[in-house]
Amino acid sequence: MLRHLRFTVLAAFFAGSAVLAEDAGDVTRGEAIFRQCASCHQVGAGAKNRIGPQLNGVFGRQAGSLDDFPYSEGLVRAGVDGITWDLETLDVYLENPKSLVSKTRMNFRGLADPQDRADVIAYLRSFSASPANIPEAMPTAQGTDHDIDPAILAIVGDPEYGAYLAGECTTCHQADGGADGIPSITQWPAEDFVVAMHAYKRKLRTHPVMQMMAGRLSDEEIAALAAYFKDLE
Amino acid sequence: MKMNRRSFLGTASAAGASLAAPMAFAAGHGVPHVVVVGGGPGGATVARYIAKDSKGQIAVTLIEPTRAYYTCFFSNLYLGGFRDIGSLAHSYGNLAAEGINVVHDWAVDVDRDAKAVALAGGGSVPYDKLILSPGIDFVDGAVEGWNLSAQNAMPHAYKAGSQTELLRAQILAMPQGGTFAMVAPPNPFRCPPGPYERISMVAHLLKKENPTAKILIADPKESFSKQGLFEEGWNTHYAGMIERVGPDFGGANVSVDPDAMTISIDGDVNKVDVCNVIPAMKAGRIAQIAGVTEGNWAPVNAADMSSKMDADIYVLGDASHQGDMPKSGFSANSQAKVCANAVRGALTGSTVFPAKFSNTCWSLIDTNNGVKVGATYEATAEKIAKVDGFVSSTGESDALRKATYEESVGWYAGITADMFG
Repeated sequence: MLRHLRFTVLAAFFAGSAVLAEDAGDVTRGEAIFRQCASCHQVGAGAKNRIGPQLNGVFGRQAGSLDDFPYSEGLVRAGVDGITWDLETLDVYLENPKSLVSKTRMNFRGLADPQDRADVIAYLRSFSASPANIPEAMPTAQGTDHDIDPAILAIVGDPEYGAYLAGECTTCHQADGGADGIPSITQWPAEDFVVAMHAYKRKLRTHPVMQMMAGRLSDEEIAALAAYFKDLE
Repeated sequence: MKMNRRSFLGTASAAGASLAAPMAFAAGHGVPHVVVVGGGPGGATVARYIAKDSKGQIAVTLIEPTRAYYTCFFSNLYLGGFRDIGSLAHSYGNLAAEGINVVHDWAVDVDRDAKAVALAGGGSVPYDKLILSPGIDFVDGAVEGWNLSAQNAMPHAYKAGSQTELLRAQILAMPQGGTFAMVAPPNPFRCPPGPYERISMVAHLLKKENPTAKILIADPKESFSKQGLFEEGWNTHYAGMIERVGPDFGGANVSVDPDAMTISIDGDVNKVDVCNVIPAMKAGRIAQIAGVTEGNWAPVNAADMSSKMDADIYVLGDASHQGDMPKSGFSANSQAKVCANAVRGALTGSTVFPAKFSNTCWSLIDTNNGVKVGATYEATAEKIAKVDGFVSSTGESDALRKATYEESVGWYAGITADMFG
């Protein structure tokens, strides 16, 4: 019954959606727009799961179905309920992720402009056509604030200390990975966590609360938090 | 479920333990016993973190009279119509399920020699470590003409729940063009931006329901938290509606007459329709009964929140006198984690990590118009001392104000999950 209802709602959603993305998107422009996705998602040759899943071959893939990525329950359920990524579903999801999958951990405001969505979808489709991937087409996508000392990345964090320090985080960031208004920070690859925290610490990322919180954490403390949160279920 | 004798006995003794709750854990019984008085942001958090992290090595009892806790934070948003009252209510069911012995009763006495807390319902609970997180009570006679028996005529609404509902009902019943008055409290008090966020929310409600109504504030303080931000917001969104009388014009010289519904400011008597009296505050009474207060508050050591009067008693949140942190739910939650870590270390020898504290207070001025102030703190020999801080700016973009409000909604979900599981 519930499943049937979801389908109905979804169908109504598509039918009522005033503007669908244009079919013919601009791949070059889509690549530029994708930069805002790249702090969490990789696509292209050698793309790996990071904070978000890698996006090679996303067209035609059931939502929440990569074996080696820890999806939110909401996204897995969406896939089981029948959502497969295609032009229509990606268009709705990218307009406002939480409108399609209410419990998704993807903390992204969405792309309001239908042309922006069309372009980024066209870009993604260039990694999904048959043959599935086009290795020579594009460089592997990278985050923008990734240039930190390898010695910092090499620090092995103490998860017990991380568990204590995490008390400061869980006042706002929900320990179960829930995200409403404040992003989820659980199950991030440790390296991404460290990179993000150092970007706040160096004030490359702009949020004032996070600049303040990260600003007084030592390199070891950031590593400890990364070690703790990466395995928090 | 198939019953056999062993499982039946097991069930029976578990049930017996929870029914006989207060006396079940005798001190010196092997498992050390922590008793927490007060189930708000300080008490619920410290109970939960000690129980969760000690993994059965410490027995935790939480004494809290109410079965549903209404958060003070976000209660102003209920007044403004942005939340319903039910969304502020939280039960202690998850804490009980996580192994905390939740006792719904009043703690009425503390025997520091025998190390036991007496309950209003009879019996007492022994402790190895006692954590008091009782919040605030009001100073008797702080506002001439007002006492607790007048709180229906002139609500304080500074402990959330029925008082908050009463205040909203009174605002909605105001005659067109009527006057809402607030007697603001002197420092220090719970939630420094609270009275001024409340003014914003009342103004938001009145602008919609009663646009010719007026708001009058009698304030004994020269200045207040986020003043520039609030005054900018009031001028922009509620122009001509709000008048604040500061101490220069007698805002500290106030008396009220709840029968006549009048408020006198420096001898000038005003007839009003709603009067929100927020009196001067002091530590919740059990802290005074326990003999750990000095003046109105309970002095604590910054490193672990232990009382300066008794090494086996800790005081969290609004009731404590700790230094630079504001009295807020966020602060109490932050202090609770430092305290939980220290208490576990003292009782089980677990690693005690250095104290780190933080606070952020969000306030809503109008729809999608949020502002915030926050700081980080460290423990010094004398006090909890501020390290770094920030505050929203005047003239911020609408998009940033909206994002700040959405962040506050996320924070509410985060901290209540952190407190109540």
